[in-house]
Amino acid sequence: MNTKVTIAGVELKNPVMTASGTFGSGMEYEEFVDINRLGAVVTKGVSAVPWPGNETPRVAETYGGMLNAIGLQNPGIDLFIERDIPFLREFDTKIIVNVAGHTIPEYVAVVEKLSDQPVDLLEINVSCPNVKEGGIAFGQDPRALDEITREIKRHAKQPVIMKLSPNVTSIALMARTAEMAGADAISLINTITGMQIDIRSRKFALANKTGGLSGPAIKPIAVRMVYQAAQAVSIPVIGMGGIANADDAIEFLLAGATGVAVGMMNFHNPYATTEVIEGLEEYMEQNGVEDVAELIGGVKE
Amino acid sequence: MVRRKKTIGRVVSQTMLAEDILDLRLETFLASDVMPGQFVGVYPAGADALLPRPISVCDADREAHVLRLVYRLTGRGTTEFALKQPGEVLEMIGPLGNGFPVEEAAGKRVLLIGGGIGIPPLYFTASLLSPEGTREYTGGRSGKASSITSVLGYKNIQTFMAPQFAEITDLYLATEDGSAGYGGTDLDALFEIGRRREGSETVADIIFACGPSPMLKAVKEYALIQGVPAYLSLEERMACGVGACLACVCKTRNVDAHSNVHNARVCTDGPVFPAREVVL
Repeated sequence: MNTKVTIAGVELKNPVMTASGTFGSGMEYEEFVDINRLGAVVTKGVSAVPWPGNETPRVAETYGGMLNAIGLQNPGIDLFIERDIPFLREFDTKIIVNVAGHTIPEYVAVVEKLSDQPVDLLEINVSCPNVKEGGIAFGQDPRALDEITREIKRHAKQPVIMKLSPNVTSIALMARTAEMAGADAISLINTITGMQIDIRSRKFALANKTGGLSGPAIKPIAVRMVYQAAQAVSIPVIGMGGIANADDAIEFLLAGATGVAVGMMNFHNPYATTEVIEGLEEYMEQNGVEDVAELIGGVKE
Repeated sequence: MVRRKKTIGRVVSQTMLAEDILDLRLETFLASDVMPGQFVGVYPAGADALLPRPISVCDADREAHVLRLVYRLTGRGTTEFALKQPGEVLEMIGPLGNGFPVEEAAGKRVLLIGGGIGIPPLYFTASLLSPEGTREYTGGRSGKASSITSVLGYKNIQTFMAPQFAEITDLYLATEDGSAGYGGTDLDALFEIGRRREGSETVADIIFACGPSPMLKAVKEYALIQGVPAYLSLEERMACGVGACLACVCKTRNVDAHSNVHNARVCTDGPVFPAREVVL
């Protein structure tokens, strides 16, 4: 039975990874899961300099999910290189670093600092809804997405995954734009912009007023978008959005995802990633699936 | 450090201590690992509410593996917990957070300041440090205080847990409506104690506090004036509870070693912080 998948020339032992921002750099979950089991760890977004993030409250629970507006708090690329990458190198897994910025030069600065680092793939965050400049601005306009993708491809030493926003009119157009601009893979979906108001205090639940919705509540939207994106491009698609268990992960694979990521559900079940891997293997065994490739895009018309 | 895990707790008993204040005892192995000031995350069962609810540990019986949680009914999650009957099971994650540095209180005059639902977590601390208490720790963090004074602030006459604190500490009560003890806040009561004990320079050598943020702010100022080290247990909206999501941050005076900015994680670097290190 083969669970290996290849994304932009990088072979993962299985398609299961962590969604950026929900797993730190793995340190916080090391007590719960064997990181060696994971196909890849996708780190929290990292920027050229340390970012303090937004005011609190930064999260609010919603029906079947949550809103977050962390605002990409991160320690900056220098400390990240000194501390987080060496930590992850201790494990037999692939390292995907999520890159954040306000401007193209800021993204490029991070990408360049990572060029000589033992990192397998870069994931470019052009879809964070919670920062004032940059982030989602690059992911909602095809021309801006085209420009940043080309610029990053010019500087990146590792293959580039563009992480797309669901807050767009046509995900197929954005996926195609990223591919045409040279992206090696795309990942989706980032969170969906939402809002919650506390009727007792009559205040916004989040200090930032809006936040990104994630969790099982968004899964059908994510599956639909992964399907549409996978139909539109020939580069690999990494699917995520509300994955809680192996059944959910398999659904994304069938929709056309080559890789899948567990995000918010790590908070509900810290063992979720490894349970997805075990469940996938069990499904393959029970259904006579020899190679996970048989599942990818395997939905019947 | 004790390894954190997601496990289960079986309800031993549940009673109502005051309006919307529940006293839940759970049989769980987490009870043997938990330290004063730490908390657990308790999960609602429904798929609609997925995040663990952070609840401070009120007390733990290490031998019987019984964890005591005193919590306030506030919404979807706690309403579900309040309906749990003996024998029923709750999923939980823990032990979470750092806890009070009880080892620093050995041989000292300890002042506990609690407000509202911030009162229960101080009980575990008091019971382990109390010179009258018979409890000892496992894990080497032992040592009794020379005396414990507790100042507890409530809204009204429903002074839950006050009798228990009275058994093991020198207790001063304050109620906002003046229906019991000093009329006013904890700090009003504290200044009254100061007046009464005229002659002695300070009331305490070390302060542990837990309560609403205006109270903690006042405690921080009080400690500064008195020149006494204070440790504050903070509260913030959380998601993961294990330090990954960066939701529950507080502002710090210095650049935090982990975050590399002026933010610390309440769930992991706290919930207890030295008063001088946090900006309230």
